[in-house]
Amino acid sequence: MSTKIVTARVDIPNSHTLSVYLEQGGYQSLRKALLEMTPEAVQEEVTVSGMLGRGGAGFETGRKWSMLKQDLVRYLVVNGDESEPSTFKDHLLVENDPHQLVEGTLITAYAIGASRAFIYLRGEFALGLERVQSAINEAYAYGAIGRNIFGSGFSVDVVLQPGAGAYICGEETALIESLEGKRGFPRIKPPYFPAVIGLYGAPTIVNNVETMSNVPWIVKNGGRAFAAMGKGRSTGTRLFALSGDVMRPGNYELEMTSKTFRELIYDPDFGGGLKEGRSVKAVIPGGVSAPWIGPDNLDLPLGQDEVAQAGSMLGSGSIIVLDDHSCAVRAAWRITKFFNRESCGQCTPCREGSGWIEKIMHRIELGSGTESDLDLVLDACDNIAPGLTWPPQQTTICVLGPSIPSSVVSAIKMFRDEFMVHIKEEGCPFVH
Amino acid sequence: MSTDESQNLVTLSIDGREIKAKGGELLIEAAEKSGVFIPRFCYHNRLPQVGVCRMCLVEVKGPRGFSLQPSCYLPVSEGMEVITQSEKVKKAQDGVLEFLLINHPLDCPTCDKGGECPLQDQTLTYGPGESRFAEEKRHWEKPIAISELVFLDRERCIQCDRCTRFADVVAGDALIEFIGRGDHTEVNVFPDRPFSSYFSGNTVQICPVGALTAAPYRFKARPWDLSQVESSCMACSMGCRIMVQSSQNGLTRYLGLDSDSVNHGWLCDKGRFGFEAINSADRVTSPMIRKGDSFVETSWASALSLIGSKIVDAKASGDPSRIGIMLGSRLTNEDIYAWVKLAKGVIGTDSVDSQLGDGLRGEVIAALPRATVNEAVSAKAVLAFTGDIKEEIPVLFLRLREAIRNGRTKLVTVGTRSSSLDKLSEVSARVTPDQARLLAMEVTKDSSKFPEISAVLSKQGVGADGEGLVVLLGRENLAWDQSIVEAFALELSRSLPKAKFLITLRGSNFSGAVDLGGVPRLLPGRSSLETATPVLRQKWANLPAQGGRGAKEMFNAALRGELDLLFLVGSDPRQDYLDSELANSALDNVGFVVSVDTYLSRSSSSADLVLPAAAFAEKAGTTTNLEGRVFTVNQKVTSPGLCRPDWTIASEIALELEEDLGFGSAEDILDEIAEVSPLHWGLSWHRLTKSAALDGVVVPITATALSIRPRAMLDQISTPGIASVWNQGLPSSKTSYFDDGTIEEPGSASQPPAQASVASVEPIWPVAPVQPLGTMRLGYSRKLYGQGEHLMNSPHLSKLIVEAKCRISSKTAKELGAEMGDSLRVADKAGGESLFELEIDDSVGDGIVELIRGSFSNPGFSPVRSDEAVNYVKVERA
Repeated sequence: MSTKIVTARVDIPNSHTLSVYLEQGGYQSLRKALLEMTPEAVQEEVTVSGMLGRGGAGFETGRKWSMLKQDLVRYLVVNGDESEPSTFKDHLLVENDPHQLVEGTLITAYAIGASRAFIYLRGEFALGLERVQSAINEAYAYGAIGRNIFGSGFSVDVVLQPGAGAYICGEETALIESLEGKRGFPRIKPPYFPAVIGLYGAPTIVNNVETMSNVPWIVKNGGRAFAAMGKGRSTGTRLFALSGDVMRPGNYELEMTSKTFRELIYDPDFGGGLKEGRSVKAVIPGGVSAPWIGPDNLDLPLGQDEVAQAGSMLGSGSIIVLDDHSCAVRAAWRITKFFNRESCGQCTPCREGSGWIEKIMHRIELGSGTESDLDLVLDACDNIAPGLTWPPQQTTICVLGPSIPSSVVSAIKMFRDEFMVHIKEEGCPFVH
Repeated sequence: MSTDESQNLVTLSIDGREIKAKGGELLIEAAEKSGVFIPRFCYHNRLPQVGVCRMCLVEVKGPRGFSLQPSCYLPVSEGMEVITQSEKVKKAQDGVLEFLLINHPLDCPTCDKGGECPLQDQTLTYGPGESRFAEEKRHWEKPIAISELVFLDRERCIQCDRCTRFADVVAGDALIEFIGRGDHTEVNVFPDRPFSSYFSGNTVQICPVGALTAAPYRFKARPWDLSQVESSCMACSMGCRIMVQSSQNGLTRYLGLDSDSVNHGWLCDKGRFGFEAINSADRVTSPMIRKGDSFVETSWASALSLIGSKIVDAKASGDPSRIGIMLGSRLTNEDIYAWVKLAKGVIGTDSVDSQLGDGLRGEVIAALPRATVNEAVSAKAVLAFTGDIKEEIPVLFLRLREAIRNGRTKLVTVGTRSSSLDKLSEVSARVTPDQARLLAMEVTKDSSKFPEISAVLSKQGVGADGEGLVVLLGRENLAWDQSIVEAFALELSRSLPKAKFLITLRGSNFSGAVDLGGVPRLLPGRSSLETATPVLRQKWANLPAQGGRGAKEMFNAALRGELDLLFLVGSDPRQDYLDSELANSALDNVGFVVSVDTYLSRSSSSADLVLPAAAFAEKAGTTTNLEGRVFTVNQKVTSPGLCRPDWTIASEIALELEEDLGFGSAEDILDEIAEVSPLHWGLSWHRLTKSAALDGVVVPITATALSIRPRAMLDQISTPGIASVWNQGLPSSKTSYFDDGTIEEPGSASQPPAQASVASVEPIWPVAPVQPLGTMRLGYSRKLYGQGEHLMNSPHLSKLIVEAKCRISSKTAKELGAEMGDSLRVADKAGGESLFELEIDDSVGDGIVELIRGSFSNPGFSPVRSDEAVNYVKVERA
């Protein structure tokens, strides 16, 4: 077994309580940071760790922090609006180790000089909200949040805000709008880079729950220890949310690049393989906005650059396995339907394009498609993500738009024959 | 070009051509100015940009090569490289248009927008030829009424965020919002909260498709059947620039034009939809003479001859002031001048008034240093002692709101009542008349007297002499006599000589009336009877021997039997005079009342003779707005029946007296005004219709007024087909259409007149009566949709006329034992009573009752008495 960082405590009974967390050495990292380190030193450790953001975009956390405009008022926002189909890693962390999240948040607030931190959690996380709120309350009572924390002179407040059920609010600028009490419309970058103009117009760092949860370990063990795990840009561990046609779907924390897709899927300790007699048809490696990879790529190591080189992305670390009994058309249609439902409605190409593509895909799946529909749907995709390249270009404000074509284009490219069967036989050949 | 401007310029290339633009200017604007039009839907030059429609994508070179960027969101910068015409841009534009059209109903043949629709036009110019969409379109219930005035068809909506942004950011009425997600995103109102904004019509005008339509225009005309002329709205004193459109000689629509100095393209709904009243079937269309209790039609010839003999009879007594003239807000400058010349120059009476107790003395207005709207919205600080601007001059409210929101100025309000300005102001001070007096004298001298106000003024850098301060002066509380406001202003101007005043009375062209002698004791050019210019003396047959009476004095004279003949020219005192009891009994006691009117108003229906007048858009002329800006008003339709412009009627009456006023057209009159009035020297049709078509000219004309500023860009979506607006104007016999429009400076002989000095007018503080026991102080104000023939004759606006209401604070309510919604009985000084529904509002001071002027349950109820400086009423639960 490799080292576990963020999930080290999740299986301990009552792991969400302060007493268990303290028994396990909790809040020692915060003490160390506040009492023994300067904010710059904490930032330096995180920079040395090379940790990439765990939300999906994979931007280096230390570099992100260093880009924060040094205005008097600065904010930290923790993005826990995990709502993408198949992504459920943060779900585990907020429910089973909320104090780790709070501690990471506090250390980060100290490192970047934030006067207030906001944890924005998906509204549907009923238990997670309850547990994070009680963790915050316990931490206040313990003296880890509030004024003059542990006598260090550093003060910060932490505010929990539930989302109202929109996937788009996981996009950092939409999240900020939502946090300000507005409709979750992503902002245009430039000029609205949160590190420059963020929450309430103040410079803001937005970090993912898993990213925050890694911070106490990095402070405790040093950035070098973190960087020693993994390979290349892929340092530390990642929490992979494995789902789809595997025997043992679930969250698995692995040292980055230490395993391949094949190992994750087939290892009896992890995915446990597929149903008897079935084979992998495709893998969606980094959440449903990622292009698919085929069985020929199963030996790719689970690393940031490795997956990028194969034309996709490790994204949020959620991996869906499609076996040979599942329908590629149906899968792509369902994913498009999700994006259509969740498009914020702001930009024309995404709002209208997602609906149109969804309708065509549905029609093909139901058996009313034509061969020319395939070119049409690809061209509609091209009008959202010009060139259909990866990483995509976009005609929209945020990346939800160019996420729509990923599955559709992958499905058509990889399984054009299957589309033709739907069209010729006027229906789906698979049993649902 | 000044050094500042040239330093701020950047060079960029658009399609390989180098252009210069102001640094920070948006790319879409810079491109348009250089002749490259980038298509757009959501971009509007008066709204914050959102960059959502994605129609304006162009290729811009960045660190990673060229990429598609929204040109409406990108400020230009030095060395920027832009491509607007490439395969990639074309494909993006095609894509956006195709996406916009897939769910758009394409019901263009039955859509009001068809023919002037930016979606149609840009699809033709930029879009793909055919749709590839074979699915079922999205469906919504076809149009839903979101207010009495506006219908919303969500199927046509392209979610450009223009209406929602306008409502929220500009109007401050965030009553429409996006609901839902994905392609089921819709604009809608909140449950049980209609889009009841005074500015809702603007959303219809800026809508780039037919999603928002206005009830008064729906299915009335097709755009290609409309003809149009530029004009100025005369619904209030703002003078918003409009395009008047008609079809088949009926007015169909007004569109707001973007004048940088005035309305920024916005209109209020009362102004925008008031045209319905002009089309009303209830217009007076023939001269009518009273026979007993009813009218019979008569000819112009016999009507005029009767008037002639009545004037001769009245003058026979030897006292021309037995003849009075009241001028209404319908009148153009030319109408006013003609009637003033008839009254003062021919008949010899100075009893001419254009205000009905709800204004301010002409001498006071003339003496106060005048501020323009642009000066007010960029002043260091604004002090408002005025009626509720949102209710009275709505578009000025928008200008102020914008300036305050953007931090260009700060506002202090002073008064007795709560108003819409309170929300925008730093300090809202409630004052009594005594405190107002103290404030006027001490505000910058002793900061301890009004610490909060003084703090704002000094923080804003207002000088001890008032430098940088603009005062909005109007009738803050109609229950206070105007003399209090006048004394306040004069006193303030004496202690702060550099402060400027913007007179915020709401009546259209009140300013023109003051400038042209439409008030007692003043002559055209604001000269007094004694200081008439030689030119005026030469042009006018005679001048009044002595100063005449204002409205109140005329009514009092009538009660004494000293008024033989009264002309009501667009004036309806029975409806509008504050002390309606005085007005009613006085009018009953005038020997002969001639009403020149467009409808049978309360006053004209009891007149002895009614003459049919041409309404707005049925005559040409000029009007002067509250800041002294003169614009053209143009004719679009012909009057019904035998209606005539008011100035013609004055000329005809003069002829009955064997005098020739000496003009045959509105243009002649303006020429004469420019000749006799030092204030108007240099004014001409030419200047108003060519060089200054959109912004008008502030009188007196100064070099600054003449400097030609770069024009605001017109939003082509909200003013379709009006690119050539500058060239519109009054057809003129004296100016050539081929004229190059150069302006000659006014000659040395025509220097602007010296400003009358506040030192020459004494502030007279009236003695406030002691509050009678058992009474409450009265706050009295108007709503936008109050009373008036114009509203009542507009089928759609008449639905919005507000009920009279009364508001008191919760503490006062408790003392009365009354609750929200209770019926209250309010009794005036003479014991006249009326019932009101109670609204509890803690922005009202304790012990004050605020009444909204409206139709009272008892028409004889007259809470304001013209002989009281401050009015008190009795209030009890009904």
